Amino acid sequence: MSDGPPPVLAAELIRWSWVGFHLDDIRDDLLQHIQLTGLAVLFGLLLAFPLSLAAIRWPRLYGPVLGFTGMLFTIPSLALFILLIPFTGLSIWTSLIGLTMYTLLILVRNIVEGLRGVDRDVREAAEAMGYTRARQLWQVELPLALPVIMAGIRIATVTTIGLVTITALIGQGGLGQLFLDGFTLNFTTPIVVGIVLSALLAFVADLTLVGVQHRLTPWARSRGR
Amino acid sequence: MISFESVTKRFPDGTTAVDNLDLEVPEGDLTVLVGPSGCGKTTTLRMINRMIEASSGRIVVDGRDVSKVDPPELRRRIGYVIQQIGLFPHRTIGENIATVPELTGWDKRRTRDRVGELLELVGLPAEVRDRYPHQLSGGQRQRVGVARALAVDPPIMLMDEPFGAVDPIVRSRLQDEFLRLQQEVRKTIVFVTHDIDEAIKMGDRIAIFRQGGHLEQYAAPAELLAEPANDFVADFLGAERGLKRLALVPVSAVKAEPGPVVGPGDDGRRALAAAEAYGGDWVVVVDDDRRLLGWASASDMAERGRVGDLEIRPFQLQVQANDSLRAALNAMVQSRTGVAVRVSDGDRYEGIVTLELLSREIS
Repeated sequence: MSDGPPPVLAAELIRWSWVGFHLDDIRDDLLQHIQLTGLAVLFGLLLAFPLSLAAIRWPRLYGPVLGFTGMLFTIPSLALFILLIPFTGLSIWTSLIGLTMYTLLILVRNIVEGLRGVDRDVREAAEAMGYTRARQLWQVELPLALPVIMAGIRIATVTTIGLVTITALIGQGGLGQLFLDGFTLNFTTPIVVGIVLSALLAFVADLTLVGVQHRLTPWARSRGR
Repeated sequence: MISFESVTKRFPDGTTAVDNLDLEVPEGDLTVLVGPSGCGKTTTLRMINRMIEASSGRIVVDGRDVSKVDPPELRRRIGYVIQQIGLFPHRTIGENIATVPELTGWDKRRTRDRVGELLELVGLPAEVRDRYPHQLSGGQRQRVGVARALAVDPPIMLMDEPFGAVDPIVRSRLQDEFLRLQQEVRKTIVFVTHDIDEAIKMGDRIAIFRQGGHLEQYAAPAELLAEPANDFVADFLGAERGLKRLALVPVSAVKAEPGPVVGPGDDGRRALAAAEAYGGDWVVVVDDDRRLLGWASASDMAERGRVGDLEIRPFQLQVQANDSLRAALNAMVQSRTGVAVRVSDGDRYEGIVTLELLSREIS
């Protein structure tokens, strides 16, 4: 048995009185985190859809589109935010633009693969029944591509939740703000709270998306019965 | 009516799928396009609803040049069934069948009633309506495919190997059911298959294609079998052409012979005389109302005694007027007498059909 009393270490890892005192701040950080994530994924979808449809319509575009969004994905996040500051300053747009760019690779790839994965016979039958192109996309192909698209949205969401913590460095940090506080004060409690909450947020977000997918795809439920 | 006027389809890679085709598909008939793979039969079918555009020539459907009609609008008035069926996996059976009514803008109530009607028409229980396609068997899915194609009661149906993906037993049943259905609905149908037996069974008329999209012969099945236009057609029809023809000709087409007939009260000597007069060693035994009792062998006929005392054996197979000559042939080869016995109303004796009568009909 060692001499050091472990309870003291635990007590220093998290001091509940600080948590109680900063509940409002923590809540604001959490809400901002959710807001940044939600908006980034939403804007990502709004951009990824037309890009994906173009890549399907003109298959030669698909390579370059993937290459470009892949390149965006490889830019170190901190560098990207700093590069954006001259254009958008320290506003919420700086983090949103960066976060949105990171979602594009995953979303475009999953939307394109999802739509391409729709059974050829089903598409042909739809065409032969007299669907117009737009209606066929909306009523037949998108619903059938949904599982693959949702998988992309889930990965994009969880990735974004992680990335948001970094944007604290440009003053738009969500829960990342707690990390900064912890580092500046040399005090572990905010860091632990931040880690636990962002992990929990990622978990809950993923679970929610699974639930949404389940509701949207009733036909998949009876499988394997 | 559908007519092809000098229609050619050349693909961008230079292959000619359909070569200067002239073809008229009569209204209310089931016309089969048949031929080996690569003969252009599916391309021909798909040009009708513009899934493939013709390179030159005109296709006229009910007086309208299809190239002048907006494709979605054209297609909603033409039923379409393919081998893979292509049901929408994310929609229930009811929603699948309601596809074209919905596209055409029918109201909910009318659509619902129509779906119920169609399920009944194709012989599916009402409770499949709320199931998803993957919960049905292959044969059931194929029926849903047919119901979906019939939904808005289109005057024309296009069917591309519709029964190709199910096992032979189910296929044969679906074919029979579909023929019955066609008797009822009388659609103008263009039906593609590579199976000549299916073509003969289903078609009012058959168009035989050859690689490169040449139409080799276009005729009713019996005519095709009797007079193939050339060696390609004869080869494609196969060595058993005579047998296939027999399947198309009803027993009523040949005049049955009276045969050696005796009653159970007649004596053996008379029976033996009848058998000898006919040139065989057996007699047909009928009662006073000419109801068939069976046959008796001459070797059993003693000089004394009556026919009723002999061992009377049943004919295992009997044919009626609307059976095919092929069924008659089958009855012949399965009976020791070597003839087929023809009856009406179940057991009223009408005469016998012999191999000689058959070959006279066929040659």
